[in-house]
Amino acid sequence: MAAVESLPPGTPSAMRNAFGTVLSALILVLIGVLAFSIRLFSVIKYESVIHEFDPYFNYRVTQFLSKNGIYEFWNWFDDRTWYPLGRVIGGTVYPGLTLTAGTIWWVLNSINIPLSVETVCVFTAPVFSAFASWATYLLTKEVKGSGAGLAAAALLAMVPSYISRSVAGSYDNEAVAIFALIFTFYLYIKTLNTGSLFYATLNAIAYFYMVCSWGGYTFIINLIPMHVLLCIVTGRYSPRLYIAYAPLVVLGTLLAALVPVVGFNAVLTSEHFASFLVFIIIHVVALVYYIKGILTPKMFKVAVTLVVSIGLVVCLIVVAVLVALVASSPTGGWSGRSLSLLDPTYASKYIPIIASVSEHQPPTWPSYFMDINVLAFLVPAGIIACFSPLSDASSFVVLYIVMSVYFSGVMVRLMLVLAPAACIMSGIALSQAFDVFTGSIKYQLSSKSKDNAEDNTSTKNAPKDDASSGKTDKGEEVSKERSSKKGKKKEREPAEKLSVKSKIVKKKALVLPLEASIVALLLLIMLGAFYVIHCVWAAAEAYSAPSIVLTSQSHDGLHVFDDFRESYAWLSHNTDVDDKVASWWDYGYQTTAMANRTVIVDNNTWNNTHIATVGTAMSSPEKAAWEIFNSLDVKYVLVVFGGVIGYPSDDINKFLWMVRIGGGEFPHIKEADYLRDGQYRIDSEATPTMLNCLMYKLCYYRFVETDGKGYDRVRRTEIGKKYFKLTHFEEVFTSHHWMVRIYKLKPQKNRIRGRVKKLKQKTSSGVSSKSVKKNPWM
Amino acid sequence: MKKNSSVVVDLLLLLLAITVLATPAFSDLVLSKVERRIDVTSQIARVTKTLKVVNSGSESVSEFTLTFPKFLGNNLAYLSVSHSEGKGKAKRSLANLSVKEAHPKGMPDSISFYSVSLPKPLSKGDTLTLEVVAAFTNVLQPFPEKITQRDIHLVMLQESAQYLSPYVVESQSLSIKLPNARIESYSKLENTKVQGSEIKYGPYKNLAQYSYAPIVVHFESKAAFAVAEKLVREIEVSHWGNVQVTEHYNLVHRGAQLKGEFSRLEYQDRPNPQGVSAFRHLLARLPPRAHSIYYRDDIGNISTSQMQSDSKKTELLIEPRFPLFGGWKTFFTIGYGLPLSDFLFASEGKRFLDISFGSPMIDLVTEKLIVQVVLPEGSKDISVTTPFAVKQSHEIKYSHLDIAGRPVVVLEKNNVVPDHNQKIQVLATLQEVQNIIQKCLAAHDKLEASLRDLSRTGDIQTCKAARKSTDSLLKDLSKELRPLLASLQSFPSASQISPKVEELVAKERELQEKLMAKHTTVVEGYEKKSSGRDIENRIASQQQKIIALRQEVDDLLEFIDEI
Repeated sequence: MAAVESLPPGTPSAMRNAFGTVLSALILVLIGVLAFSIRLFSVIKYESVIHEFDPYFNYRVTQFLSKNGIYEFWNWFDDRTWYPLGRVIGGTVYPGLTLTAGTIWWVLNSINIPLSVETVCVFTAPVFSAFASWATYLLTKEVKGSGAGLAAAALLAMVPSYISRSVAGSYDNEAVAIFALIFTFYLYIKTLNTGSLFYATLNAIAYFYMVCSWGGYTFIINLIPMHVLLCIVTGRYSPRLYIAYAPLVVLGTLLAALVPVVGFNAVLTSEHFASFLVFIIIHVVALVYYIKGILTPKMFKVAVTLVVSIGLVVCLIVVAVLVALVASSPTGGWSGRSLSLLDPTYASKYIPIIASVSEHQPPTWPSYFMDINVLAFLVPAGIIACFSPLSDASSFVVLYIVMSVYFSGVMVRLMLVLAPAACIMSGIALSQAFDVFTGSIKYQLSSKSKDNAEDNTSTKNAPKDDASSGKTDKGEEVSKERSSKKGKKKEREPAEKLSVKSKIVKKKALVLPLEASIVALLLLIMLGAFYVIHCVWAAAEAYSAPSIVLTSQSHDGLHVFDDFRESYAWLSHNTDVDDKVASWWDYGYQTTAMANRTVIVDNNTWNNTHIATVGTAMSSPEKAAWEIFNSLDVKYVLVVFGGVIGYPSDDINKFLWMVRIGGGEFPHIKEADYLRDGQYRIDSEATPTMLNCLMYKLCYYRFVETDGKGYDRVRRTEIGKKYFKLTHFEEVFTSHHWMVRIYKLKPQKNRIRGRVKKLKQKTSSGVSSKSVKKNPWM
Repeated sequence: MKKNSSVVVDLLLLLLAITVLATPAFSDLVLSKVERRIDVTSQIARVTKTLKVVNSGSESVSEFTLTFPKFLGNNLAYLSVSHSEGKGKAKRSLANLSVKEAHPKGMPDSISFYSVSLPKPLSKGDTLTLEVVAAFTNVLQPFPEKITQRDIHLVMLQESAQYLSPYVVESQSLSIKLPNARIESYSKLENTKVQGSEIKYGPYKNLAQYSYAPIVVHFESKAAFAVAEKLVREIEVSHWGNVQVTEHYNLVHRGAQLKGEFSRLEYQDRPNPQGVSAFRHLLARLPPRAHSIYYRDDIGNISTSQMQSDSKKTELLIEPRFPLFGGWKTFFTIGYGLPLSDFLFASEGKRFLDISFGSPMIDLVTEKLIVQVVLPEGSKDISVTTPFAVKQSHEIKYSHLDIAGRPVVVLEKNNVVPDHNQKIQVLATLQEVQNIIQKCLAAHDKLEASLRDLSRTGDIQTCKAARKSTDSLLKDLSKELRPLLASLQSFPSASQISPKVEELVAKERELQEKLMAKHTTVVEGYEKKSSGRDIENRIASQQQKIIALRQEVDDLLEFIDEI
């Protein structure tokens, strides 16, 4: 910006800054609005309702919190779930989301804005995604300036991967955790850049919020040490690094241990060990730098040899202790989910319950394109941009993207962690590319106009134009590729050419031909436009379904399948409050939240044996199943069946997991018994074990009478066993489209033997005659 | 079954009691003709009676007694008696007569008495025609009490073929209208006729007092036995031109209970989906111009509803989430907005809300109805007019950035039938203008008092302080007055009153100025230590004006009160 000084007096450099600040603030507000409103498709297309499974649990917890207060919440023992074990909610839940929404609700209600808890819960995620885009702006601004920041924020506001977890109604931990994650990273980078202890403290607090919100905090506590290590190894150690790291570990760990669900895990489990190790290393390094400062080089060499030999011994001891510690804990100190992160095949090999969740599967290539779209192509460019020049901050984001790419490859769910990294990288890439192209256009145009004539009037106008364009072109990139207003850019070009002088000096090395630059710009804008179109499509079509209400568009209009809520409503109004309902664990949270009935297992899959018991019951023959359920005080059994309307994620399709999980604990259930030649089928080729198990019977009871053939629309085949009766269960409710079927356990029959039987017959006939007693008025 | 047998015992007791009643305890009225029609096409038994009363005694009579057997009387939800004059086409019904429950001495417990006060005493030989409309709930008893999904729904009605009355009945007839021609059984007495879906008893001639002939009709009913165990209607009146009605229903099917399993297959297979014992939908007839209608429950929107609207009404056909079988329950909420101008009217400086009391659902019995009328913040002097007795209480509700809270009138009534869907009026005022003027006048009095103190004690400082405080008080009051006047002018209905109010305010202001002037003069006089007479002379003219103005203000206040 040397040219600015050479301009005529009266150049309002301050004003230019102010104008830029106002403009970027305005753009940020618009980005926030965009992030919020793109997530409202679910409310507009469906309704303001909580989505899916886990959000229902969070919603229920929030309801409890808002009704009973924070102390009751910490001490809440929930007896509606995991019957007869129950669950200590306060100690096993990440409270961040609940407390956030609860606080919002409380504040709103204390100023007499009567919003229901449900409404607050529904809109928490969109609000926090606006916050997340602002945090992205801050983070990227620290790395590569505000232009890149704005671009990254705009990209993040509508990245499909994040939308999938934060549409209105998707009230899950990730909704606030992504904001917390990005904000923690921002504060870390900010501390690293400034060396301010104030930001370091804020960083620890942000980390605390992240720990409160999501189990994914381990990503932070491993990524930051890695970056610190990287800095040390590449010789970038500085006191700023120390300030950024040491307080975070100490304060962060202390604060994390305050969260009941983490507690002593913050120092005991191996996910956190890396941070402590690096904590030791950074102190050693700090000491070495200090000693180096006070000793002569000769003395220093002697000291180094001394220390290294002693240090090696100490290190060996420490490593040995660590290994012993890790080895002594049952899973080798690593929790199952974390292990499956390191070894992608771990889960499917050892823990069927983790593998049975679709979001724990490794993603496929199309899902990358679906979830981050063009960002996948921009990321490499961003990485390159980060290396010119490489700073502490840019090395951090490079490390972040590399790690998150690896983790997203392990689990679909962690695509969510990749999304911000990809947005930051793409934002940097876009911003740099626009800089280069617009810079070279300006250079080319100005060199042409120099040839023609230089008139003073134009230079007089220059300051103003410069003021607007200097900041604007960065901001404009954003608005550009959002709305692709190509025309506007062209309008500006004549104005910009006057201010080019400033750029010439800097950009000389990167000048491209005029035509190539314009074409490249247009292509970039098209790329951006494509991204926007894809994101809007993804938000509107792919990720907005609440999954408890299904709709289908047929020729005669919209058809709504509201079977889940139909049967939950039936359960809640027409069964006794203390009745126990057994279903596969997927529907546990919904049953407790919507029907308010006690369930045996739910989506918090903490007790594998209990789930295996239900799985065994479902895969046993009727009588054995009745006995299992009866021993659990179950009164109703709920199954989800999609065969009538073709709803594919029903219990028959999940059944093999029930067999596997059940078989894992109870060896008499063998997966092979349910498969014919390794194939899972329910048609006439199916094995007798399959055709006689409870799940099959409950799903297909009287199904054949609907169309006469028993054609299952999901499996696209006729069922194997068509006519059968239930002896131990009776149908009490089936929803409109047969999606949910509820059965009641029949009471045990009286013991009938010999003489007693006759007697019984007599009494029973007596009873029956009584019950059909004639109308006394006839 | 137990219930039925107890009813039988009741009937026997009643018969016994009737035979005991030998002496006529009531006046010498004679019912020359009694026609009774019982409509049981819905779950509510509606009895319409036409009674022709003749006074055959020598004294004039001003009270008439209605009687019901106790088992009916206990289930009486609605009773209205009107009398009509003239004959044939020219007949016109007149105002409802007041009815109250009576407990005459020496009468058996098995009869419920209601005494009707006649519009004018019935002198000897005069005749009068009374129209009685009564609605009973829970008198159609499902029999058998538990049925399977396939069975038809049978209910039973008990009545007396002869009109139970403390008076001699010369001629009477009874007709029972059933929902359809499928009659399981009915008591056969003399003169019993069945015409399609109608059973006729009578005419019976010259019946003694308290004659009673129990009958039982057992028939099929396809009506929806929908009962709201509890219904909370919240009617929120907003300044912004909207009346928001929210209704929370706890609904139960009170027909024969479902026995055994519920098979969706059979339910769907039936060619006639009007289901046997289940009902699928309810019809709500909302007021015209109802808008923003929603239908939901605790867990979200219920998508099964249809709406039709025209200029006369808005019909909302709602389907519960699941079909309701006997004994099944459900809960839902419907809400709608109504234009304020259709329901809020002004009179005498007061606003009144004129809105219907009961549920808009057709043929719904409400066991416990709670109506909460939420009035705008700051409403005062609330009063409620209802055509029948209800329990009233008041609450405060805070919503939408409220500071003082909104007054809520809570009305409660048990056993409500659609016949109760009459208008209730809730009055609230804007007496605020008058209140403020009154406060001003009080402030004036204070000023005067301080002057009197001055003349007694000669303490100028306290007098000045008093003036200062009064002055600021008056300023505050006039500030408060300004928005009120503006709002008054904005209401077209207040056109007649607003000029008067303005005049009042103007006069009051003048009075205020004069008083202040007087006060200053007096205080100055004291400060200058002028003689008492001197001061008096100086304020004499002012005093006169003040008195005249005061008089005018009082007159205006009275006038406004009268409006």
